[in-house]
This record gives sequence, structure tokens and C-alpha cells, in this order.
Amino acid sequence: MLEGLMQGLVTAFTFTNILMVIGGVLIGTFIGMLPGLGPMSIIAIMIPVAISIGEPSTALILLAGVYYGAIFGGSTSSILINAPGVASTVATSFDGYPLARQGKAGKALTVAAVSSFAGGTIGAILLMIFAPMLATVALLFHSTEYFAMMVVGLSAIAAFAGTGQVSKAIMMTILGLMLGTVGEAALFPAPRFTFGVQDLQSGLSFITLAMAMFALPEAIYLVLDPNRSKTGSGGTSEIKDLRITKAESKEIAPVIGRQSLQGFFIGVLPGAGATIASFLGYAVERNIAKKEDQDKFGKGSLKGLAAPESANNAACTGSFVPLLTLGIPGSGTTAILLGALIALNVSPGPRLMVDNPNIFWSVIISMYLGNLVLLILNLPLIPYIAKILAVPRTYLIPFILFFTMMGAYIGQNNATELLLLVGLGVAATILRFANFPLAPALIGFILGRMLEDNFARSMQLYDGFSFVWERPMTTGLLFLAIVLVILPSWRARLARIRAKGIADGD
Amino acid sequence: MALERWIALVFVAICLIYGYTAFFAMDGALAPFMRRNPVWPSTFPKILAVMGLVTGLVILFGGKAAASRPGEGEIDYRRLLSYNFGQALLLLTLMVIYALALRPVGFVLSSVIFLSLGSYILGERKLFVVVPVSLVAVFGIWYLVQEVLGIFLRPWPWFI
Repeated sequence: MLEGLMQGLVTAFTFTNILMVIGGVLIGTFIGMLPGLGPMSIIAIMIPVAISIGEPSTALILLAGVYYGAIFGGSTSSILINAPGVASTVATSFDGYPLARQGKAGKALTVAAVSSFAGGTIGAILLMIFAPMLATVALLFHSTEYFAMMVVGLSAIAAFAGTGQVSKAIMMTILGLMLGTVGEAALFPAPRFTFGVQDLQSGLSFITLAMAMFALPEAIYLVLDPNRSKTGSGGTSEIKDLRITKAESKEIAPVIGRQSLQGFFIGVLPGAGATIASFLGYAVERNIAKKEDQDKFGKGSLKGLAAPESANNAACTGSFVPLLTLGIPGSGTTAILLGALIALNVSPGPRLMVDNPNIFWSVIISMYLGNLVLLILNLPLIPYIAKILAVPRTYLIPFILFFTMMGAYIGQNNATELLLLVGLGVAATILRFANFPLAPALIGFILGRMLEDNFARSMQLYDGFSFVWERPMTTGLLFLAIVLVILPSWRARLARIRAKGIADGD
Repeated sequence: MALERWIALVFVAICLIYGYTAFFAMDGALAPFMRRNPVWPSTFPKILAVMGLVTGLVILFGGKAAASRPGEGEIDYRRLLSYNFGQALLLLTLMVIYALALRPVGFVLSSVIFLSLGSYILGERKLFVVVPVSLVAVFGIWYLVQEVLGIFLRPWPWFI
């Protein structure tokens, strides 16, 4: 481990890479503050840039920096103008915005930055411990287990989608898998489902799909509802008094510790992610707080601010565990990162640590660096960063649309891609109207090809479906997948029957 | 019928077309030696089609339609026209026109027009600000993409 760590240090501490971290964090923070642009959209927009860098570890370092910056940027707009750009910073606004209105915006931002830093750093340490362990286990996996593991990952994402959403999430996953089969399959050099369209021959581009799923619907929402991008009015223009007192830091330190741990482990679960971690962190801290502290939650409690902030950053780091060790993304963001890695000819999985240790470790090192840069760069910049919120939407929206299209166009140099983008984007917006989760579709799309490859390989090895019951680990994993999918709907049914019974007994 | 059921209906239709292709249309083109293979290009799509069909039908007919009121910050599609629906439609049309014009008109001109018109549609009337801003931005991006990243963008119209 130490050797790898040193190697990572050497890779990460080159001049270009440090520049990339700084640049990525800055870009991420600035764009992340714009209401409506979450880390997923920003990373999707940055991917063509990262891919054209060519060097995988540098590209990944840039994207990781953008990711952290975007999360912090989202917290900033939650605190200053109560406009969380991302779901995972909604909990931040519960106590952050009241603090800002009390004129303590500076203090709130400092607490947010420090908690994010602590959460991210503790998460990175845990990642360093757990990822190699998991990778060792995963090296025992055959293609049949990979296939089963991916099925588990996909069903877990559906299962954690929330009540009433499970069947929708499954539908979106299958839709993503179907979209993934368009074009040539890896094992069979014959085009499928292209319906004679030449441009579909090589399959849909994942960047186009990512833009169409996240960036474009968000932009359309901004157009439809001007309130989403309202700027400034309620915020404080003056930011002073950044300092935290000793008593306050004593108060929030245990909160940060607990929530970093909890957040990390929630983040490891596929589909759970930073949003659940932040809400759960907030709820847990409110429940275990002393009575007089409990009353302060929601009215500007520093604990209530520190909890979701450290939890969501730790969870973001945690979500790298399944990505780096199994090659399975647990969230939309890591799915996009996985796509970028594949485009750079790196296949994440247990072999990554053995074959490309410098990539693996430099990503981890860049997490420390990114968090550190975030802290020292952003604290003094906070008052200036807040100025970006003043960009009027009449400029903002055309530029978002323009960057979305550039992202899809630059990689392919194909104008058909833009028409596909608009078409898929409109479809995604309609799906979003009806509350269909979009991330499962993208995860399904990206995993689809690997899923089918492993499936085909298992079928060939066992000459049919017998691998499903001949390999105990595969059987176990597939069984787990079925349980994951059925359990939520079964429990919902049980609850409904119970509710009915009470009504009948009335 | 709620929007989610309409979507499920469309999805079922997609699955039927997809399934038809997988079950009946695709295997004809299979090379003879491939037929001895236990897994065909259509095997995985067949499984997907069946699973998709089941899921789609479950949403279409199963349970009561959850009266999903849109949460705060979400958009209520039932009142779609009370939002800036026209602006959104115009911008999407503009995007399509941009996609079609990008090649013949060239990157710089079409992008500047796209950005300026986009702002105009959204209600910005200060063209003497919008156009220079777009010009600077487009040139900056063109320079970055073509000169720094080395991706050719075809900057000028076809006749230059």
C-alpha cells in the first residue's frame, strides 16, 4: 500500500496535475454555484475536455477536482440564497440559509468548508483502507460473478430509489440497457437495432446521453420556471467574520467525525449516494442532540450545517469504492466518470490496482489535494465567488445550452449527434415531469455493454444458462438481486394490506 | 390517464418493437457458424425485451397511480402552459436549427447567432451587450478547442 501511495504521490504532484486540481476545483466551484447545475451536469460538460487530455490520471484528477468543487459550490448557493443546485445540498440549506440571514454567512461558509474538508479527507482515508481489501476479494471473481455483481448493482440502484419509485427505476434501468445494445456489440461484429441509420452504427455516444439526461432537462427547467434561477434578492451582500470560535469548533467536531464515517458507508452502497447521506446525517444528528440543541436545528444550528456537509462529502468519496474496485458505478456521477475512464482506455475493476496502480493511487491522492485546495483557495475567495450569482439568466441559459451542445459535438464532430441530443433531451424532460429517475438509465447504458460481455462469456464457458446454478457465488448474488427488487414492493404491499385492515376494522 | 402511464405505454410499444426485432428479425442475418454458439447477438436483447415488457405492464396496470404531486422546485406538467413554455419551445427549435446550420454556416457565425438569439428569446434586448459577449465567448472557445485541444471545428461558412 505504501509503495502505491508513493507512486500516487509522484504522479499527482507533477506541475500539470496540481494545476489540474486547482483548475478543476475552481471551475467546479464557479459552475456549481449556478443554481440548477449539479456535479453531474458539470462533469458531463467537462468530459470532452478531460478526454482530449489523453492521459488518464490527469483527466481523472481534473474531473475529481471538478466534482469536489461542484459539491462545495452547491453548498455555497444553498447557504447564500437558499437555492440548492443539487439534491445533496438541500439539507445544507436547512440551517445554512438561516445562518446567512442572521448575518453569519461568512461563518456558515467556513463551517461548510471545514466540514466538507474533514468529510472528504476522512472518506479518502477510509477509501484507502477499504478499496484494496475489496479489490482482493473481487480478484476471485469470474465473468459469471461479474455478471451477477452488475445485476446486483443495478437492482440495488432501483431498490434504493424510494417508495413508489422502484418499478419506475427498474423501467429506466432496462431502458438504459436497451439503449446500450444499439450499435455493434463487442463480441459480435454486426450492427443491431440501428434501423438502417448509419450514424447509429457505432452506438449512441455516452456523452450525448449524459448531456441529454442531465444538463439539457435542467436547462429546460430553468427556462420554464424563472424562479429556479432567481438570484441575489434574499442573500446577504456583505460577508465578514469568517472565524469559528473555540467553543463552536468543540461543538461541531464530534458531529463531523460521526457523519464522515456514516456518510462514507452510505456512499459505498450503490444508489444511496450523497443525498441520502446528507438527509440521514441531518436527521441522526438532530435526534441525538441535547434538547436545547435540538430546538436550534432549522434555525441556524452549526451542528445542523456541519452534519449534512461532512456526510455528503464523505459519501461522494465512498461512491468511488465500488467504481474503483468492481467497476460498478453507484451513482450518476460515478457512472459518468466510468464512461470517461472507458473512453480513456482504462477499465476500472479489481485489476485496476494491479495494472494501473498509478491511476488508482493518484485519484486517491488527488482527493486529498482537491479537498485541501478547496479549503485554502475558496475560503478567501468566498466573497468574490458569491458575485457569480449575479449573472442574469438571459445570458446563463443560452450558454448552458451552448456548452451542452459543444460537449456532444466536439467528441464526435457529427451534427447528427446534436439532433439526437435534442430529441433525447426532450424525452428525458418528459420523463422527469413524471418523476422517473434518470440516473438509472445512464448507469444501465454504461454498464449494459460490460454486462452483456460478461453474460456472453459465461454462456460460452458453460454452454448455456447452467452457470446460474452451477456457481454458488453467482447463484447467491442473483438471489440477492431478486430479493433487492422484490423486497420494497412486498413491504409496500404489506403496509397497504395493513392499512386496509385498520380501515376495515373501523 | 396520468402521464406516467402514457410513458409506460410508450415504453411497452418500444419493447414490442425491440422484442420483435430481437426475436424475429435479427437472427436471419446470423452467419451459419455462429448458430452453434450458445449465445447469439439477440440473446441478451430477448431477455431485456421480456423484462421491459413486464415492467412496463406493471406500471401501466399495476397499483393505483401514485398521485405524485411534484415536490417543491419541481415542475407541475399539468400546468405546463403557465410556465415559459413558448420560450422553451423556441429555444429547442433554435437548437435544432443550430445543429443543421453548424456545418454549412461554420462554427463561429452560427454560434454567435445562437447565443445572441437565445438571449433575445429569453428577453434580453441589449443587443450591443449580447453580441460582443457572444463574440468573445465563441472566439475564446474556438481558440481553446481548435488551437489548444487540436480538434478542428470548421470555423467559417462554406464559401470561405
